[in-house]
Amino acid sequence: MFKIVSAEFLAPEVKRFEIEAPKIAAKRKAGQFVIVRISAHGERIPLTIADSSVERGTITIIVQGIGKTTREINEHKTGDFFMDVVGPLGLPSHIENFGTAVSIGGGVGTAIAFPTAKALKEAGNHTISIIGGKSKEYVILEKELREICDEVYPTTDDGSYGYHGFVTGKLKDIIESGTKVDFVLAIGPIPMMKAVAEVTRPYGIKTVVSLNPVMVDGTGMCGGCRAVVGGQTVFVCVDGPEFDAHEVDFTLLMKRNNTYRSEEKSALDKHVCNIDKQFAEAINN
Amino acid sequence: MAELTKKERMQIPRQPMPEQAPNSRNKNFTEVNLGFTEELAKLEAERCLQCPKPKCIEGCPVGVQIKDFIKLVADGDYLAAASKIKENNVLPAVCGRVCPQEEQCEAKCVTGLKGESVAIGRLERFVADYERTTTGIRQAEIKTKTGKKVAIIGSGPAGLSCAGELVQLGHTVTVFEALHDIGGVLIYGIPEFRLPKEIVKAEVDALEALGVEFKTNSVIGFTDTIDELMTVEGYDAVFIGVGAGLPYFMNLPGENYNGVYSANEFLTRVNLMKAYKFPEYDTPVFDVKGKNVAVFGGGNTAMDAVRTSKRLGAANARIIYRRSEVEMPARIEEVHHAKEEGIEFVMLTNPLEFLGDEAGWLHGVKLKRWSLANLMLLEEEDPLRYPVQSMLCQSTWQLLQLVTAQIQSLKRQHPISTSINGVISRLKKPQ
Ligand SMILES: Cc1cc2nc3c(=O)[nH]c(=O)nc-3n(C[C@H](O)[C@H](O)[C@H](O)COP(=O)(O)OP(=O)(O)OC[C@H]3O[C@@H](n4cnc5c(N)ncnc54)[C@H](O)[C@@H]3O)c2cc1C
Ligand SMILES: Cc1cc2nc3c(=O)[nH]c(=O)nc-3n(C[C@H](O)[C@H](O)[C@H](O)COP(=O)(O)OP(=O)(O)OC[C@H]3O[C@@H](n4cnc5c(N)ncnc54)[C@H](O)[C@@H]3O)c2cc1C
Ligand code: SF4
Ligand code: FES
Repeated sequence: MFKIVSAEFLAPEVKRFEIEAPKIAAKRKAGQFVIVRISAHGERIPLTIADSSVERGTITIIVQGIGKTTREINEHKTGDFFMDVVGPLGLPSHIENFGTAVSIGGGVGTAIAFPTAKALKEAGNHTISIIGGKSKEYVILEKELREICDEVYPTTDDGSYGYHGFVTGKLKDIIESGTKVDFVLAIGPIPMMKAVAEVTRPYGIKTVVSLNPVMVDGTGMCGGCRAVVGGQTVFVCVDGPEFDAHEVDFTLLMKRNNTYRSEEKSALDKHVCNIDKQFAEAINN
Repeated sequence: MAELTKKERMQIPRQPMPEQAPNSRNKNFTEVNLGFTEELAKLEAERCLQCPKPKCIEGCPVGVQIKDFIKLVADGDYLAAASKIKENNVLPAVCGRVCPQEEQCEAKCVTGLKGESVAIGRLERFVADYERTTTGIRQAEIKTKTGKKVAIIGSGPAGLSCAGELVQLGHTVTVFEALHDIGGVLIYGIPEFRLPKEIVKAEVDALEALGVEFKTNSVIGFTDTIDELMTVEGYDAVFIGVGAGLPYFMNLPGENYNGVYSANEFLTRVNLMKAYKFPEYDTPVFDVKGKNVAVFGGGNTAMDAVRTSKRLGAANARIIYRRSEVEMPARIEEVHHAKEEGIEFVMLTNPLEFLGDEAGWLHGVKLKRWSLANLMLLEEEDPLRYPVQSMLCQSTWQLLQLVTAQIQSLKRQHPISTSINGVISRLKKPQ
């Protein structure tokens, strides 16, 4: 059992947890993830390690409630336990001093990109962060990113905060304004990552994305997480999760992620969700 | 009862295993084999000739004292028989169910020369079940503590056997398992209807009672490394039993359509994650109800996958195998059971390509057929264009592929033993 030492909502349906897991905290590197299972009947859910504290022996995960299990995860509170947490899994991000590095997060992708952005800064890069959200309340981790990045640009689809438009619009502006961009990391919904890849492709900017196929074991044992990168089949859990954005077959990934569409929907419909109530409580406190 | 003569013994027919009727069992996940009754067990045990130089034991990889335990069964002392088996085998209920006895002990048994060999596996299972359901699994003796610590990586049958042996020798044993549950292939691969998970758990619990410590959620190489286990955590020896089971794909067009699975993924979803009980359990598996399923391969894995599909409601569940039936590596019992359950067998056939729709869903498979004589391609494009949801089943396992880069490189250099003092890796020939 893994104790939750703190839990708080960052945005609607987006919750941050600090969990006691000293071994993982000591080992993990930016870009790696854990698999969480909350009960004996539960699914194994991959979640990126957003941060860790070796002193406190904790790791931080940030979870977006989009389906049955992620919403159930988000019903957990400080003092509760997760049944299983295993990791750190996957290959760490490749970090070097590229020069100017832009990290782009869409929705909860910002949380996934956060540790790598931090590591890029520590490696000496000039770091620019673009945080995408539907509207203002979905722009997460701005304060935390401002502490570690040289420039931070929130963007919202509805223009309620920051740049009005998609992250790709802002990225284009940055590139076209003459800033020499050497590296781009993009993490978010598949269409966003695909769009970013198309923006940087003509400029030949090295671009990395973190893929999120459906996983089971996370140890390379099942092949369920396979994707095609550069014409080769890869197992994202052990060969990734980060890959060269210009080589990834995003269309295939999108199709494969639909495999359990109808089962997921029926599970979610059955799950009487009290997230909204919790969120209301959280912001009233 | 007077002692039977050799001739009389040889006249007793091999006792059949009571089992669920094919037509009801192919719709449920409860165990197919029901196990011997005492009467059947005794009768079967009487068939053993108590050879002065028993051949059977030569065929047993762990050297169970077969002749002696069978004698105890014939005498009706089942608990003593259980103790006898456990002198050499810590997983008798598991082995009695899934070992390929027909290639091991039973293949060597002299009675098999003229008639049918003694049903050693069934007797082993009977004895283990008898003990578990009457007294519960009784604890073996433990030698004086040696003060030595051993780390075992992987909790499949290799790791569990090693743990059982070492703890009885007085060592302190910890098993590290990457998954959230203990048993390796026994819990994620082999289905409930062949090996109930309760039975695996009982044998694991017995090891725990002996003092073996189990640490789940520990991927060695990631959560801990072998170096750390030996230097920081003070283990004197490490045993690597991480299995050989990584799927590889055949690199055929259409292999990534939704509906194409490795057997490992399909079986892991169904067995470990209990997808056959979805939505009571949260993990789903492709809904095969009323659909056509093709399973490529002829081993135990393929049999398990195809029989599982049938139980999940597949309209047609087929084995498609590139060679002919005699070459199929599966246990004979599994092939026999599969046929009884309505599984269709298509031999000398290979997949060429998977066919799918725009949205990425599998709709069919293009096959090629081979002639028996010289494995020549018979037809370029076979008329058999199965509409299927298919599983890809590895017909050979990719040997020695491992999860952890660390162990991976270790093994590449040293296929059987490693260069670190005290580290033994155990690699089984793939099935
Ligand atoms: C390496 C990796 C790291 C991840 N890190 C994070 C993280 O830090 N925070 C976070 O909130 N999420 C993260 N995810 C995504 C997260 O694992 C999924 O959102 C989760 O598995 C969905 O489970 P569910 O039962 O709640 O939803 P489901 O009911 O299974 O699915 C609901 C919806 O989500 C889609 N979906 C299913 N699985 C995934 C998936 N793996 N990724 C994206 N969409 C999916 C489905 O198509 C469906 O539309 C990560 C995924 C991977 C593979
Ligand atoms: C579906 C199926 C059916 C089968 N049926 C039969 C049968 O009827 N009869 C028969 O004799 N054989 C059968 N086999 C083959 C048999 O199961 C294997 O030979 C046997 O399981 C090998 O045992 P093992 O302990 O070496 O490995 P496994 O059972 O594969 O166990 C290895 C364990 O190590 C864990 N692990 C891997 N890497 C790490 C790591 N880095 N850190 C920690 N843990 C790790 C894995 O999660 C796993 O639990 C079958 C195999 C399959 C897949
Ligand atoms: S070889 Fe067969 S008959 Fe002889 S002792 Fe072994 S089981 Fe009995
Ligand atoms: S999740 Fe099973 S191999 Fe990656």
